[in-house]
Amino acid sequence: MKPARFAAVLLPLALGAAVLALWEMLVQIYAVPRYVLPAPSLIFTTFVGEFSSLMASVWTTFRITLEAFLLAVITGVAGAIVLSQNRVAEMALSPYAVALQVSPIFAIAPLVVIWIGYERIELALLLLAWLAAFFPILSNVTAGLKSVDHNLLDLFRLHGASRLQTLWRLRLPSALPHLLAAMKISGGLALIGTIVAEFAAGSGTATGLGWRILEAGHRLQIARQFAALFAVIGLGLAIYFALTLLEHLVLRHWHDSATRREA
Amino acid sequence: MAASENIIASLRQVTKAFGNGVQALGPIDLHIARGEFLSLLGPSGCGKSTALRIVAGLLTPSTGTLHWNGARPRLSFVFQDPTLMPWATAQENVRLPLDLGGVPRSEADTRADAALARLGLNGFGAAYPRALSGGMRMRVSIARALVAEPQVLLMDEPFAALDEPTRERLNEDLLHLWREVGVTIVFVTHSVYESAFLSTRVVVLSPRPGRIAAEIAIGAHERNTAWRLSPEFASEARRVSAALRQNSEAA
Ligand SMILES: Nc1ncnc2c1ncn2[C@@H]1O[C@H](COP(=O)(O)OP(=O)(O)OP(=O)(O)O)[C@@H](O)[C@H]1O
Ligand SMILES: [Mg+2]
Repeated sequence: MKPARFAAVLLPLALGAAVLALWEMLVQIYAVPRYVLPAPSLIFTTFVGEFSSLMASVWTTFRITLEAFLLAVITGVAGAIVLSQNRVAEMALSPYAVALQVSPIFAIAPLVVIWIGYERIELALLLLAWLAAFFPILSNVTAGLKSVDHNLLDLFRLHGASRLQTLWRLRLPSALPHLLAAMKISGGLALIGTIVAEFAAGSGTATGLGWRILEAGHRLQIARQFAALFAVIGLGLAIYFALTLLEHLVLRHWHDSATRREA
Repeated sequence: MAASENIIASLRQVTKAFGNGVQALGPIDLHIARGEFLSLLGPSGCGKSTALRIVAGLLTPSTGTLHWNGARPRLSFVFQDPTLMPWATAQENVRLPLDLGGVPRSEADTRADAALARLGLNGFGAAYPRALSGGMRMRVSIARALVAEPQVLLMDEPFAALDEPTRERLNEDLLHLWREVGVTIVFVTHSVYESAFLSTRVVVLSPRPGRIAAEIAIGAHERNTAWRLSPEFASEARRVSAALRQNSEAA
């Protein structure tokens, strides 16, 4: 490993360890009650003790997040294609897209849960997580489809390209970096959307991480709450790094931000 | 000048005004003869690119007409920047006009490789644009223009961004192709020496809105390094330079 990359891994780890050590020390010194702030060691034993049921919750949350995310990518790209090809649709729909985007997901969640019903709670979670993840894809890909090199567009025109050829061979590839950047944002938002939706659902039928945090909070089991919270963070980081890797692999040949010049 | 049956395209009283009210070009009358190497020379902003885009059909004139003598020939355009698709290899970039025209894949590959080879890019077909030097990218761009076997090749300051030795090499490559393929070239430049070295005819445009200020026929010479260094070339270049200077002073 190169020294710079080594430091990039080591430094955050060292910082994290230092913060945890300080936390542990302060909790011990001031004898902070465990229902206010549990020591990292307690959170860790809770985490290990409940590992298998925690992983089941991770899986539930991850599955919904992933489904919502994939749905958001598909519908976001499809929507962007429609908007970019059809000015009337764009003019008619854009204000509503923005309105939906700025509506806080937390405010919509209870409504959606009631409408779809507790018997199909997973569908409600999916819909809410999709809603959170959809708009960054839609708006970034729409912008990407338009940000085509004008000379390339002229070149396509000169050689008699059809609309479909221009879309497929020029606009979509041009939008790819925008899509991949948006996916990194939407991956996190899909996770947040799922957790928020679980909070709003608040029932035992959905046993994801959000529900665990809520349940543990009700019972003042703060260490369990922290254990679930760390699982959420771990999941979020894993999603982010997976998408960063994907971006790097897809763009390694051509996009400046993905390429490092040989020294 | 050129016999009228040799005229392949005529611009008649063409002007171009853009939406923002900028009068960019004209009126100009310009005839393009089959097989000639025509340079458009003029100060920055005088409408050279505009004129070339009108010939390409990428812009429509505000007034006046562009007339092709017979069917519109196959055209290729070379931009000032290489304008390559960064996500595609050199070969895929060169193949583009053939792909768009529905040429079968194997034939397209063969022709793209041949075009790359003709520009000295043997073995670079699989390279992505970012792995190529500026001069190599420009050659890919020229290969892409040639692969479609154009009858008319339109070039908008294709070598402006290149260093002197690369530019001279590509100038000679281009002349070689012009002689070999027999294509008609319309070449935009603001380099006096480039226009005098390459062209059979130089059209000097006035400052914006560009009108034809002078037309200079360059005598038939073997266009090679020896000629570039000869007193004859120097005198042709002086003629072009004088025309350019006179017309910008008049403005
Ligand atoms: N799309 C456009 N909209 C508005 N004005 C334009 C547009 N394209 C060109 N112009 C204007 O028209 C004039 C001529 O432009 P053009 O690009 O043809 O000049 P040029 O001779 O090619 O210049 P250069 O040597 O700098 O490339 C300029 O004043 C320019 O600002
Ligand atoms: Mg120009």
